[in-house]
Amino acid sequence: MGTDASKLVSMHQAIAEHVSSGSMVLMGAQLEQMIPFAAGHEIIRQGCRNLTLVGPISDILFDQMIGAGCVSRVMAAWVGNASAGMGYCFRRAVEKSIPRAIETVDHTNFTIALALHAAAMGVPFMPTYTTLGSDLLKRNGNLREFSSPVNEERLVAVRALRPDVAILHVQRADTAGNAHLWGNLGVAIDGARASRKVIVVAEEIVAPEVIASDPNRTLIPGFLVTAIVHEPCGAHPSPVQGYYGRDHAFFHEYHDQTRELDGFEQWIKHWVAEVSSRDSYLKRLGESRAHSLRVREHALSVPVDFGF
Amino acid sequence: MTTKGHSSTAASGFSKGELMVAAAAREIHNGELVFVGMRLPMIAFGVAKRTHAPGATGLFENGVIRDTPAPELLYTMGDSPNLLHASYCGDMLSVMSLLQQGRVNVGFLGAAEVDRFGNLNTTWGSRNGQQVRLPGSGGACDIASLSQRTVVLLEHTRQRLVSQVGHITSPGNGTGDGWRRAQGLPLRSGPSAIITTMGVLRFGEDGEAYLASVHPGVSVEDVLSNTGWTLRVADDLATTPGPDATELAVIRDIDPNHFWTKS
Repeated sequence: MGTDASKLVSMHQAIAEHVSSGSMVLMGAQLEQMIPFAAGHEIIRQGCRNLTLVGPISDILFDQMIGAGCVSRVMAAWVGNASAGMGYCFRRAVEKSIPRAIETVDHTNFTIALALHAAAMGVPFMPTYTTLGSDLLKRNGNLREFSSPVNEERLVAVRALRPDVAILHVQRADTAGNAHLWGNLGVAIDGARASRKVIVVAEEIVAPEVIASDPNRTLIPGFLVTAIVHEPCGAHPSPVQGYYGRDHAFFHEYHDQTRELDGFEQWIKHWVAEVSSRDSYLKRLGESRAHSLRVREHALSVPVDFGF
Repeated sequence: MTTKGHSSTAASGFSKGELMVAAAAREIHNGELVFVGMRLPMIAFGVAKRTHAPGATGLFENGVIRDTPAPELLYTMGDSPNLLHASYCGDMLSVMSLLQQGRVNVGFLGAAEVDRFGNLNTTWGSRNGQQVRLPGSGGACDIASLSQRTVVLLEHTRQRLVSQVGHITSPGNGTGDGWRRAQGLPLRSGPSAIITTMGVLRFGEDGEAYLASVHPGVSVEDVLSNTGWTLRVADDLATTPGPDATELAVIRDIDPNHFWTKS
């Protein structure tokens, strides 16, 4: 494949070209693993507004983007801090419209997965039993009860959700965007198929031969990918299997420091506004802290044979 | 031991958290498919696997399936040790599909509020009369809707055990017997136990919770005065068995610094 097929761009360029105010953005597709924090921070720095965030549990990235004023709507199953519980920016926005009011469309993990699956399948909805009897069903207009046409059971139709852009963090990819990821996948595969554009953020850029050696691990085929960004450690403080572990203390520090609004403002200044790139973020983090998160003991899988 | 005390270790030598873990582990039977969840149930799954239920399989909503407990203490289900040597790593629908088919025997949940019919609220709480926005369902509503048995773990206070939840994030028995069926929820599904810091509640034929056992050192009066409705008490009320020596050794092996089981 010629070099002109390369979709490799800088994080700044990827966000500037493909995320704009008003976009619906899928992030955190792999739940606690591989959350695209570097991309989220670049979105904050570029001052995007009125975003709709889509994701399952979302963890503290959504909280940060809400606190930074980028968000007008959240469609998620859970918004908070997986280590400590509450997300204070989310609470301030919902309860007090600080820094601005946000609309919440409450989903479950399963209904978010089904909404993306419907879009990935190209159908208007997927049927399910989950949420029957709950107040989520009453309050979320994208969940509609209906009677099954084949056996008259009560079911819930989960409306298809087609994000403008999915931002997916992966272990490795080639410059055409063919991406290998492993570990828990969450809603990443359907998310890539459901979205109009896909930005892949990779720990490593590898030769096409590496990707082609194990096509079962190519979970995002390159033609679906709009842009590819090489951003080592771009998911910190979340873990990337085989690269680095979860920085649990960082989540607790965020929880403690963002309890009050001025604490959050200092936090976002220190970790996002004052750093121009992931490199300067990592300098602030410090080499010893980054080093302590690296893989201590490798656990390589046995290669498979595609020969004939 | 008084119920208001904060001493981490009772005279008999285990903490409330350790007692709750042991009680939760006993809700898992050998050979069962378990939706594990976070915090104390993660430890309970490890205890069950290493004691009475070696044939149990753990499902995690992020797409992980494990036949063995994780080799290290987990803080979230996406932690690297939970993926190493998993029996399966896939996507969310590959585990949620098993849940929806009715194959999952038991699922564990926490909650901000639970009511007399086992309905759970993790969306809107109240603090000093003010509405507090909580993180939301995650996979809780899915587990409560679809798993054969749901087991809830939470602190026992009047603020948490309420007569009626303000918001049904995850359906229990709704308003009583027949409610789940009327909603269209699967026939073989619903709340099975509420394990609190004071005792274990189970559910009658009418769908309402009753006190089935009190933890050692806790009086029935303590339980009733810390419950937000007039809780029925079983005729054959038992004392919750504490962890035995083997269970306690496993709990402390998994959580040696009492990160999850300290109080």
